[in-house]
Amino acid sequence: MRGLLAVARREFAAYFATPVAAVFLVIFLVLAGALTFTVGGFFARGQADLIPFFNLVPWLFLFLVPALTMRLWAEERRLGTIELLLTLPLSPWQAVLGKFLAAWAFCAVALLLTFPLVLTVNFLGSPDNGAILAGYVGCLLVAGAYLALGAALSASTRNQVIAFVLAVAACFLFAAAGSPVVSEFLSARLPALAETARALSVAERFAGFARGVIAAKDVVFFASFIGFWLFVNAAVLDHRKAD
Amino acid sequence: MAALIEIEGLTKRFGAFTAVEGVGFSVARGEVVGFLGPNGAGKSTTMRMLAGFMLPSAGTARICGEDVVERPVAAKRHLGFLPEGAPSYPEMEVEDFLAFCARVRGCGREAVARAMALTQLEAVRRQPIETLSKGYKRRVGLAQALLHDPPVLVLDEPTDGLDPNQKHEVRGLIRAMAPEKAIVISTHILEEVAAVCTRAIVIARGRILADDTPAGLVRDGRSLEEVFRALTLPAEAA
Ligand SMILES: Nc1ncnc2c1ncn2[C@@H]1O[C@H](COP(=O)(O)OP(=O)(O)OP(=O)(O)O)[C@@H](O)[C@H]1O
Ligand SMILES: [Mg+2]
Repeated sequence: MRGLLAVARREFAAYFATPVAAVFLVIFLVLAGALTFTVGGFFARGQADLIPFFNLVPWLFLFLVPALTMRLWAEERRLGTIELLLTLPLSPWQAVLGKFLAAWAFCAVALLLTFPLVLTVNFLGSPDNGAILAGYVGCLLVAGAYLALGAALSASTRNQVIAFVLAVAACFLFAAAGSPVVSEFLSARLPALAETARALSVAERFAGFARGVIAAKDVVFFASFIGFWLFVNAAVLDHRKAD
Repeated sequence: MAALIEIEGLTKRFGAFTAVEGVGFSVARGEVVGFLGPNGAGKSTTMRMLAGFMLPSAGTARICGEDVVERPVAAKRHLGFLPEGAPSYPEMEVEDFLAFCARVRGCGREAVARAMALTQLEAVRRQPIETLSKGYKRRVGLAQALLHDPPVLVLDEPTDGLDPNQKHEVRGLIRAMAPEKAIVISTHILEEVAAVCTRAIVIARGRILADDTPAGLVRDGRSLEEVFRALTLPAEAA
């Protein structure tokens, strides 16, 4: 536990010691703000809710979260600090979980900084703030899912560019698996797979949260998704620490 | 009393290439073992396996009786390890970096202060590691290995890149710690072996060629350098 918290604390501080934090937060906030009001049609809809914003977040995270995860392990490998980290008295899962929690907390900070949107809808109308909270919980779970996936991929390479590209591709796969295009394509040809694809789709699972519904089965999905990829991460790390 | 470091038949293969083959030795408290060998001999690979970073292809290593593969966390608690090149997080300040290592190891602020005093880092404690000179970076790595005052020290080229004064300091430090600990250092500086080591192990192409006291190696009147060349050149050519 002590080791886990020490790793998480160091990682979290590292975001702010480098320009990573500033760049990430500024880009996220600018894009989230601008796209919510333009593409999302925040005003045009004439409804007091944050659905336009919530619909955007999984797609923004698709690019931004891999930018966070690409360095997690690939950079440790390139700098050689992985040799230091893994010869400290830490079990692999402590290191994996510590890094994951730091990145997740950082995403939570980014989401918290979108609070002006919440203030705006409350000023313009009387939204269901419970539903908004559910939407934020969903956003955090999507971030967690992408982070766990991206971190596992970062552990398998020493090249940050490869880690980034692989993570974007993999996140896209899980985001798009439930989209109408994929669903129609699959149900015409492989009906059995269409159901599986929808069930594994992060975007599909997130849709409920965006509407304000926290369903137990969706929470379980995200928890197992994250757990599975963290497990893969620890296994990859333990198996190919050095090469 | 059982040796603090026990290595038996340690082997590491990278694909078809065997980097370390059947290396075995043990180190008791009070011994300082100098690990010598040409570039690519397998010194760092052996040390990495001992530190639990690389998994051995065969053989076992124990630190204070704890197997490094079976009980890695317990073994690492007794070990201070300086990896080759002394890697550390470049954006961190010296003191923060040491505080992080101390926190993982569960030792307090006073351990950080003590380690910085031993390696003379106080003057740069608030400096980001990436802005330090090579010798200072090496000292940060050394400080990290000494934090928890471990019974076993494995130092991969601890004096590489240090100025003559610092080399002298570090050798003095190793000699001063020696009676309490089992220490393995790798080095390319042969005088260092005579200066600090109680025993020298010469390795080439992954095999141990000699394991003797420095005085024993030069028994026949040759210099240590001549002995080193005589031992390793035929092995390299083979
Ligand atoms: N991850 C790896 N994959 C493949 N080969 C490796 C790997 N690590 C080391 N080697 C090879 O193993 C051999 C031993 O390397 P090692 O780093 O142990 O040498 P060394 O004795 O420390 O040399 P030096 O004095 O230059 O530090 C070398 O031939 C090296 O190329
Ligand atoms: Mg080496």
